[in-house]
Amino acid sequence: MASGERPDKVVKPVGSERVNKEVENKEAGNVTEIYREFETWQINMGDKTIHAKRMPGVFRTVKNYTQSLWLLFFLVPYLRWNGKQAVLFDITNRQFHFFNLTILPQDIWMLSLLLLLLAMGLFAVTSVASRVWCGYFCFQSSWTDWYTWIEDKIEGPPHARRKLEAAPWSLEKIRKKIIKHFIWMVIALLTGISFSIWFVDAFDYWSMLVHFQLPLVGWVVLIMFFLGTYILAGMLREQTCMWLCPYARIQGVMTDSQTILPAYDFNRGEPRGKLHHKAEGSAAQGDCIDCFQCVQVCPTGVDIREGLQLGCITCGLCLDACDSIMDKVGKPRGLIRYASLDELEGKPAKKIYQHPRTLAYLGIILLAFGGIVYGLTHLGSMTLKVIPERQPLFVSLSDGSIQNKYEFKVLNKTDRDFFVTVTAEGGVKDQVIIGAEKPLLTHHGRGTSFTIFVKASGDNIKNEVTPIEFRVQSVEDPLIAAEYKTKFNGPKP
Amino acid sequence: MSEKHDVSGVPTTGHVWDDDLGDFTNQPPKWWILGLTASALFVVVYWIYYPSIPFASTGGFFKGVGGWTAIKEMEADKGEVDAIRGKFEAKLKDMTPAAILADKELTEYVTRSGKVLFGDNCAACHGQNGIGTHDKQGLFAPILNDDDWLYGGKIDDIYASIAGGRQGMMLAHHPNERELIELEHLEKLGQAGAEAHNIARGLTPHQIDAVAKYVLALSEGKGDSPEVAAGKRVFMSSDCTACHGQDGKGIQAMGSANLTDKIWRFDGSIEGIKRTISYGVNSGDPQARVAVMPSFKAAGKLSDAEIKKLAVYVYKFGGGQADAPAAAK
Ligand code: SF4
Ligand code: SF4
Repeated sequence: MASGERPDKVVKPVGSERVNKEVENKEAGNVTEIYREFETWQINMGDKTIHAKRMPGVFRTVKNYTQSLWLLFFLVPYLRWNGKQAVLFDITNRQFHFFNLTILPQDIWMLSLLLLLLAMGLFAVTSVASRVWCGYFCFQSSWTDWYTWIEDKIEGPPHARRKLEAAPWSLEKIRKKIIKHFIWMVIALLTGISFSIWFVDAFDYWSMLVHFQLPLVGWVVLIMFFLGTYILAGMLREQTCMWLCPYARIQGVMTDSQTILPAYDFNRGEPRGKLHHKAEGSAAQGDCIDCFQCVQVCPTGVDIREGLQLGCITCGLCLDACDSIMDKVGKPRGLIRYASLDELEGKPAKKIYQHPRTLAYLGIILLAFGGIVYGLTHLGSMTLKVIPERQPLFVSLSDGSIQNKYEFKVLNKTDRDFFVTVTAEGGVKDQVIIGAEKPLLTHHGRGTSFTIFVKASGDNIKNEVTPIEFRVQSVEDPLIAAEYKTKFNGPKP
Repeated sequence: MSEKHDVSGVPTTGHVWDDDLGDFTNQPPKWWILGLTASALFVVVYWIYYPSIPFASTGGFFKGVGGWTAIKEMEADKGEVDAIRGKFEAKLKDMTPAAILADKELTEYVTRSGKVLFGDNCAACHGQNGIGTHDKQGLFAPILNDDDWLYGGKIDDIYASIAGGRQGMMLAHHPNERELIELEHLEKLGQAGAEAHNIARGLTPHQIDAVAKYVLALSEGKGDSPEVAAGKRVFMSSDCTACHGQDGKGIQAMGSANLTDKIWRFDGSIEGIKRTISYGVNSGDPQARVAVMPSFKAAGKLSDAEIKKLAVYVYKFGGGQADAPAAAK
């Protein structure tokens, strides 16, 4: 490593060193001078469109595969299962279908656990390996990547695109622009449709769409997604990540000096210099040949050699670029590589299990995951809720017996209606259940309520309050059953 | 006026504080200006469209060109509710109460929506959910969720009670002064003689006491015990049986109470029973029990459909008695 030769090297970006020297030269205490540093800050404010070069490489390939997971987003809604859409968030009927499972709003608590799981997963990954999500999975980067790929195919490589941009309007320019925007719009439209059909049956949706019969909310969603995709992926691109996405902003608190991220090995690379200078003073020169390939491939216009910064989505494309250059000049790969700051500064790198924060994230993930597994295995096919009448608590009947009234709410979560019987455990001796002499019909997918009375002889009532447990059970399938504990009220004995 | 900031080159207002602090004259972003303008336009349109400016002089206000009022909005919302209820209400209208009861869905609808109707018309006397209300005479209006019915607990009986109203009637049995003298005289002649003469003349305090004890024993199932034999004799030989029947079970057509069950229309203590016997119900005696239910059909207080709904609602409190034919179906 070159670090031994230059013990005075620090992490500070090259630009700031120059500024510091200038500040020192001026009179100390002149506040305005602080702002001089501001001039040297390289922040991509979106005033120039980034035209990133596309280069093959390991991370490019990985990114292509991970991004293609979004095909699921487009295709899964067409999957059928038992003649119905396999995965459907049926908002109108308040049901979520997932293959055999039907999840009703009562079980939606699992959704919060799922969200927790995803959030913690994101945090954990970020604390270990920085913005993996941004670089390889995020819809913003993915769609932008496809959009720019299309742009590359139609308008040519970056320099050709810049030329086209500057050129006056010509038939050729118009033709290229129209084709590009047309394809972009088709993708945007497909995105909107694909989003919608997670919530409405896919084939119904298409038929409503081609007949222009979508409900108003359907049109609004479609147009919002169409415009959103077109503008965010086509126009705003990396600016979305920089100024709109909160995740980009909070990554700073989730990473630390042990997080591995695409980093430029300044000890090895500096001082950078053009290749042909090397012959004269190769000992004094670092490995970076200042070819700007890493900057040119970066989809967010970042110069990674300035250190970790807001714009970097950790896509690894600059690693590919630099490695290909290193191969060409006969130097080892990895001048830009996934490394932690500690590693670059020569400090001992901690193992993952020595990383308490990651462990905390993992703990929460495991809890949430456990909760979801519990929830899914304990979904049941039926739930019962019994609400005892409170006004009056009980009624005295003409033969001296006491009657309680109960409101039964049975939720049949299966996909067919069935009959249930009502029985009771506990309660008062020789009690009679009235209202369920014949099996009662429960409707699938929604609650059914019945009124059930329990009558018991006044002489048998020993307490003001007697616990009672009701059980409803399907006639056809005794395994489908649910219990509910409640109380039988009587007069003071 | 305007100068340029020495580092950034952005024009400033020209004011300088603390030697070098300037104030940039940057324009707000375009989207922000557009948003501000749009909000201002929105306010103007809103003021014209909706009721807005009050006129202090006339106490009125500018009504707005849109003609919006809160009442209209409420009516529209009510329309929505009515549309949902409409299909049930339309079905209900031409059905008999018994037919409504036979239809599970309609019954469900009525039991859910009848609460307001019951609360507005019935609960004042019968209590929320028919739990009855009490006053100094004991129970003021009957409990509706038990299985004891003075005028019948079948759906049509309940309907008839609500439609036509009910008036309890029981004569006062305490003798007037002239009768008392005569009765006491007769009593001296012997028990049998008095009993022979008491019809339509009231009972002596002694007899009232005896018959009250008998009636109380009857409700406890001990009507035949020897302690109350005297009371039983009075009951059988006086006009009690004319209304309550030989067996004391009451006659539904007259609304007379079933004396053999455990439910008391009025105070069921011995004192309370004696008072009921002495002064009657709606008998004109100033101390009489009062039991009057108005007709809800009279003067169009409730529509026929509403009465039907109430009948089903009350039936469903739990005490409704099935019709023999309906049960057979
Ligand atoms: S600096 Fe490198 S890793 Fe970061 S966004 Fe640019 S190309 Fe991707
Ligand atoms: S690609 Fe590598 S060698 Fe080229 S400028 Fe970037 S860091 Fe330096």
